[in-house]
Amino acid sequence: MCLAIPAKVVTLKGSIAQVDMMGNERIISTDLVPEVKLGDYVLVHAGFAIGIIDDESAKETEELLLEVAKAYEEEE
Amino acid sequence: MKKRSKDLLTKAGDYQAEIKELAKSPYTIMEVCGTHTVTIAKNAIRELLPNTVRLISGPGCPVCVTDSSDIDRYLYLAAQPKVITATFGDMIRVPGTDKSLQVLRAEGADVRIVYSTQDALELARRNPDKEVVFLGVGFETTIPTVAVSLEIAKREGIKNYSVLSMHKVVPPVLKLLAEDDQLAVNAFLHPGHVCSIIGIEPIEFMAKDYGLPGAVTGFDALDILEGIVMLLRQREEARSDIEIQYQRVVKAAGNPKAKNFIERVFEPVDASWRGIGLIPQSGLGMREEYSLWDAARKFSLPTFNSPETPGCRCGDVLRGLIYPTQCPLFAKHCTPMKPIGPCMVSTEGSCAAYHRYSQRSVD
Ligand code: SF4
Repeated sequence: MCLAIPAKVVTLKGSIAQVDMMGNERIISTDLVPEVKLGDYVLVHAGFAIGIIDDESAKETEELLLEVAKAYEEEE
Repeated sequence: MKKRSKDLLTKAGDYQAEIKELAKSPYTIMEVCGTHTVTIAKNAIRELLPNTVRLISGPGCPVCVTDSSDIDRYLYLAAQPKVITATFGDMIRVPGTDKSLQVLRAEGADVRIVYSTQDALELARRNPDKEVVFLGVGFETTIPTVAVSLEIAKREGIKNYSVLSMHKVVPPVLKLLAEDDQLAVNAFLHPGHVCSIIGIEPIEFMAKDYGLPGAVTGFDALDILEGIVMLLRQREEARSDIEIQYQRVVKAAGNPKAKNFIERVFEPVDASWRGIGLIPQSGLGMREEYSLWDAARKFSLPTFNSPETPGCRCGDVLRGLIYPTQCPLFAKHCTPMKPIGPCMVSTEGSCAAYHRYSQRSVD
């Protein structure tokens, strides 16, 4: 239940953001991370960004997730 | 194979080698979080480890620790006329004494699965003649998202929205585990997302007062392996600290904004954990200022004295005393399709995780 997924902030309006979650678009709330900026990677849980992912590692995280997703696809 | 996958495999191999090197004598690690349990089962990490390193699951699935009396209470509420129950999907199949939300829904109750508390608020805005009740189940990761919805409801004067708070906080149950003489755990993989909110200060007593090393760990297989390496290194160096493996997300101070939301809306109360019992100050009730949005007060809900499910050893599983496979009902009478206890219902329940992924390797 505490699962959270990384996503990239694509648009920001007030406390609502549109994010790219591994290719899927989602609308989320940013009330818990008001300092968030466009282009930041956030961690999304239950429709809310709960934290901002460290800059350098964010890219790596996404690549890693894509890699893992691909590996699964190849397996099936 | 692409270069990157190869790098990942090399890294996993390095961690595995270091674990082997450091695991000279028995060491038992508890993974507190249900999401860890799933990653471990899915990647067969237990099988990758030397015999000396044991991983056991803890009480980190919020659905599984929801007390049967709380379940009967929300089922009673969901059956009231004019009530729309809004809940995360995990709660739908959890059996109460004689029903589940799913059964109630089939009988005509209005039960909706929502993805976030924002959806629940929206339901309330769109159904002004109904009462929308959100079932507040979860740990510190989820609780701030519920607090935000309550602040919005108060600010906008949305009077037909309320929350039944069955929320629980992690540090008190860790303390209970640390003080349990039956428990034979040497170290903890602490829950990364809970700590992304609370930081590490609230769990530091585990290392300082009880000498139990901890690693706040992320959720992919490499994170888990690195967390295990960090714990074994602490033993090697005769230290006990709370270290952060999941640095890309967890800051020592947590998320102060989110903590503030929790504090403004909720206050600590004693709470019953399924199979474990009453733990002082381990739950969150709603503050007086939010009593209008507190479903328990709004509907003057009765309390229930519900029996534990006979034969289910969920409580022992949650305290790490037995593996799910040691429950006599496991896989024989209790399966994810026909769950007997809550640890088999939630996908993050230890019994369900063991069942799902151990079946795969048997196939
Ligand atoms: S296998 Fe089923 S009955 Fe046994 S402890 Fe797990 S949930 Fe309870």
